[in-house]
Amino acid sequence: MSGVPAGPAGAALRPEIDIARLPHVRPVHWGRIVTAAALLLLLALLVRAFARGQIAWPVVAQYLTWRTILEGLLNTVLMAVAAMAVGVVLGVLAAVARSSPNPVLRSAAQFYAWLFRGTPVILQLLLWFNLALIFPTLGIPGLWEARTVDVMTPFLAALLGLGLNQGAYTSEVVRAGMLSVDAGQYEAAKSIGLTYGQSLWRIVLPQAMRVIVPPLGNEFIGLIKTTSLASVIRYSELLHSAEDIYYANNRVMELLLVATFWYLVLVSALSLGQMLLERRVSRGVARPAGRR
Amino acid sequence: MSAPPLLRAWRVGKSFGTHRALEDVTLEVARGEVVCLIGPSGSGKTTFLRCVNQLERYDAGGLWIGGELLGFREAGGRLHPLPEREIARQRRSTGMVFQRFNLFPHMTALENVIEGPIRALRRPRAEAVAEARRLLDRVGLFNRQDYYPAALSGGQQQRVAIARALAMRPELMLFDEPTSALDPELVGEVLGAMRDLARSGSTMLVVTHELGFAREVGNRIVFMDAGRVVESGPSQALLTSPQEERTRNFLSAVLG
Repeated sequence: MSGVPAGPAGAALRPEIDIARLPHVRPVHWGRIVTAAALLLLLALLVRAFARGQIAWPVVAQYLTWRTILEGLLNTVLMAVAAMAVGVVLGVLAAVARSSPNPVLRSAAQFYAWLFRGTPVILQLLLWFNLALIFPTLGIPGLWEARTVDVMTPFLAALLGLGLNQGAYTSEVVRAGMLSVDAGQYEAAKSIGLTYGQSLWRIVLPQAMRVIVPPLGNEFIGLIKTTSLASVIRYSELLHSAEDIYYANNRVMELLLVATFWYLVLVSALSLGQMLLERRVSRGVARPAGRR
Repeated sequence: MSAPPLLRAWRVGKSFGTHRALEDVTLEVARGEVVCLIGPSGSGKTTFLRCVNQLERYDAGGLWIGGELLGFREAGGRLHPLPEREIARQRRSTGMVFQRFNLFPHMTALENVIEGPIRALRRPRAEAVAEARRLLDRVGLFNRQDYYPAALSGGQQQRVAIARALAMRPELMLFDEPTSALDPELVGEVLGAMRDLARSGSTMLVVTHELGFAREVGNRIVFMDAGRVVESGPSQALLTSPQEERTRNFLSAVLG
């Protein structure tokens, strides 16, 4: 009698088995094969539909690099980057104010988020753009003054509308990131004599970045597309340029596809950038080997 | 006439809501002395340490380091709470080592150590780096200076934390159960670093459950229970012949 207990069906009767020494049979993943086949079929149908549809592909290709379209693309990128910069600065300030020991700052930050998250962004764009209706002139009394219509260009109105709105959303993202940092980190920062501002800037925010960057990338992608709303206040961004052209030549779908193409390019580039940034901000966490 | 104590606590009290965490705590730590605070959990040892480092604000009695009242300024019979910047300055005379290390995870060991000297003391970077390397060498981690905390063992992290506290050149080192979060086989290396520190003449206030360490390294032991100092005395004497019933019960429970 051997001391090996018999398993079900007597499988354990060969105790000398070593799974490293036997060839492994690769299991067939039927689910993957079926879904892949189904999706390929759908894709084929879609390609066929577009090929037979009444789309003048040469026109799409022609307008892809049309001057007006490229200018619109540049304006979209400019506005998205500028509004995001405004949004991040305001968002960080509001988040820091929100978690400050100063109750006045806390309420102010709360009010800001409430106001700008509470109204549609298109409404805010229209309000900024039409500011001249209620304030014909802007300025600091005695120092500088100008007519509002000269100052409040489509660019500035879009920047204020989108930036202020973005800041309100970003402040919540940043606040969530700050809350994710362990309370012990604040205490350790204090214990080595750092001031509140220094501990936020050097210790808390860098760690919060790891949590902040993924949703912030999401916000940025959203913002790139929201810039298209600025077309209502005559800011010549990508969609506005496409519309201008198809009003003239009636190639509606072709130009919308051109805009689609460029939005996808922008968002893809952004996703790549986000990936690199995430790698950078997870220093000390996603690096088990530990060496720089 | 003996030298004035480095740390003086007189009838210190502290409440959390309705819970009285500290009551009437009076004790002194002289320069060069190693004092160990022992007692059951919830007895107020850690709270007392946190009041000394002003991570908590005490609400009764007085706390002085080097003769300077902590957290307040007295003028014309009235107390003014110190502004944040002044509190940060006062904190620099103490170095704190936490139970859970609290190293900055996004900085290497070296960067953890130089952060305070560069930002709070505004010392030149090269000088801070040279001193940090010396301190890391002193706790046996010279060749781990470029590692991130996640790549270090608990014992190594705690030794980096000791170096980080020392880099501020504090007059008083505070240890809050520095070995409680460590695997048993790593306790020795941290206690070893603390022993070296004590031998070099550092003034230390240590909250600990390591009675062996308290006996060997501590000059005095303070036993606390329910927020009060029950008994204090020279280490050997307090451990071998405690005067109070509660101290005896605690020691027999811990020593088995």
